[in-house]
Amino acid sequence: MNLSFNKLALALALTTLLMSGCSSTDDKDAGFTDENTAGSGVQTSGTGDNALSGSELGGSNGGGANGYGSDGMGGAGGGPDGTKTIYFMYDSSQVMEEFVPVIAAHARSLKSNSGQHVIVEGHADERGSREYNIALSEQRAKAVKRMLTMQGAQDSQIEVVSYGEEKPASDGHDESAWQLNRRAVLDYQNR
Amino acid sequence: MLLYIRKILMLSFFVFTSPFVQAELNIEITGGTESATPIAVVPFGGGSPVNLANVISEDLKNSGYFRPLPEADMLSKPTTEAGVDYRTWQALGQEYLVVGQAVGNYTVQFELFTVVKGQKMLAYQFPPVTANNLRKVAHIIADKIFEKITGRKGVFDTKIAYVTTAGSNGKKIYRLQVADADGQNPKTIASSSYPLMSPTWSADGSKISYVSFETKRSAIYVQTLATGQRQKIASFPGINGAPAFSPDGSQLAVTLSKDGSPNIYVLDINSQSLRRITQGNAIDTEPVWSPDGGSIVFTSDRGGKPQLYKVSSQGGAAKRITFKGAYNARASFSNDGQKIAMVHGNGGSFKIAVLDVASGAMDVLTEGGSDESPSFASNGTMVLYAARHNGREILKAVSTDGKVQLRLPFDGGEVRDPAWSP
Repeated sequence: MNLSFNKLALALALTTLLMSGCSSTDDKDAGFTDENTAGSGVQTSGTGDNALSGSELGGSNGGGANGYGSDGMGGAGGGPDGTKTIYFMYDSSQVMEEFVPVIAAHARSLKSNSGQHVIVEGHADERGSREYNIALSEQRAKAVKRMLTMQGAQDSQIEVVSYGEEKPASDGHDESAWQLNRRAVLDYQNR
Repeated sequence: MLLYIRKILMLSFFVFTSPFVQAELNIEITGGTESATPIAVVPFGGGSPVNLANVISEDLKNSGYFRPLPEADMLSKPTTEAGVDYRTWQALGQEYLVVGQAVGNYTVQFELFTVVKGQKMLAYQFPPVTANNLRKVAHIIADKIFEKITGRKGVFDTKIAYVTTAGSNGKKIYRLQVADADGQNPKTIASSSYPLMSPTWSADGSKISYVSFETKRSAIYVQTLATGQRQKIASFPGINGAPAFSPDGSQLAVTLSKDGSPNIYVLDINSQSLRRITQGNAIDTEPVWSPDGGSIVFTSDRGGKPQLYKVSSQGGAAKRITFKGAYNARASFSNDGQKIAMVHGNGGSFKIAVLDVASGAMDVLTEGGSDESPSFASNGTMVLYAARHNGREILKAVSTDGKVQLRLPFDGGEVRDPAWSP
């Protein structure tokens, strides 16, 4: 009882934060966010009769409240000239020439600020198989990391996480969406 | 501000008290049943709260092998052999007839006849079951009928696992669900606001392994279905992906990138000891075991493009096994080890294809677009896969000869990553 009251209170607090931060959030989205925060991390259960009650395991990371909306341009996070997304060609993890100076700027920033930590998220478009895309997107993120460290950033400053096609930037299903989704995103930490 | 609080309270009330209605998958046949065999499944006698004949008919129909006679066309409705007049059913063009009844609480019996020969083929009585097991009994009856007539085991009394997503980007809820093979009785076995993916069954059907990003990084879990208990099996730095149980259930083949590039490893579930199977800087992923446990087939781009390779489950040199098309990935073995289903990409379109292991012949089964995640039914007759239909991710199935096509619509969001149970 106590636990569920705490969960409710947590959900309310987080929802208040979210809604005050984003007053245009419509009811439907807020509903999903609510469910998110109530079930932060993961809930698992068996297939028996009690399946729907579930038991909460792990996951004290605040659910989806922090979202994944930070992969656009600019905003807080301190990327040089605001560009934190590096795009890729289909089925390729080779950094395109136009992004070489972008990565160089991030490398300079990391080199001159050794306390700075960044997560490089790798992503893929939806085409092809999901686990292959996880691998492909890791290679993209690692290609970015390699360029950063070659230009003076420390290995320990950079963590690589690959999401494959699971976290698209665009929900479309054509080339214009896919090219936005084939990307590596620098997510600066400790802000 | 007050308005917000009121809104929040209302929303919270809704979320915490609304009964959690789970959307079900349904099955629609979208092609290829012209040659199906006519069979009449007469409404069962007795007082079953489940329409047993209906469940059996739907199962048989959805296999693509049978065309059940609509109840409205039946001229008589016998429930035991005594009431059967073969001439009536012959006149209706039927080849097979099923009658049965559920007496008491609930003892189900049924009989199968060949109408053409005017003979009984099968008679069976089940031990008494409770009401919530009646659907299962109907699926088992469909399995017995299917096996008696076609000579192949039925897969109606099996389950499917799949991942659903609902909500918009950044606020998605991922649910790992397990349902009966006909899409009914869905149960959520895990839910998260971070991606869940790659569910896979142990050979005895008691466990599911899957990948969860609930800690914002990938980790592999093994969950026991009956209890919901689960164990974190792998959470190394980098990728922890694509789990596959060894046929004896003691090991998991997985993809790890802890040593650099994604490579295939075999993890002993009890001892946690790890054996590296593949080497090199290319992408190696999506391992599956041959049913005899002797080899592992996986996806690799070591030749430039993703293709399937085969390696001994003890490691060693890998041999390429797919040569047609620019993209062959995500293998699924048939139970007899003779066929491998895969995602086959050519010209920007992704289709499901099946490789005959002995001859190397490849059959493309689907029209394609963005078909992925093929999973063989344990009797080798169908392949379940994920596809896109009207912009949504849904599940489809196709018979291994490509003739029968099924669609499994779902109104609870998007569905992906299907895995058919043993």
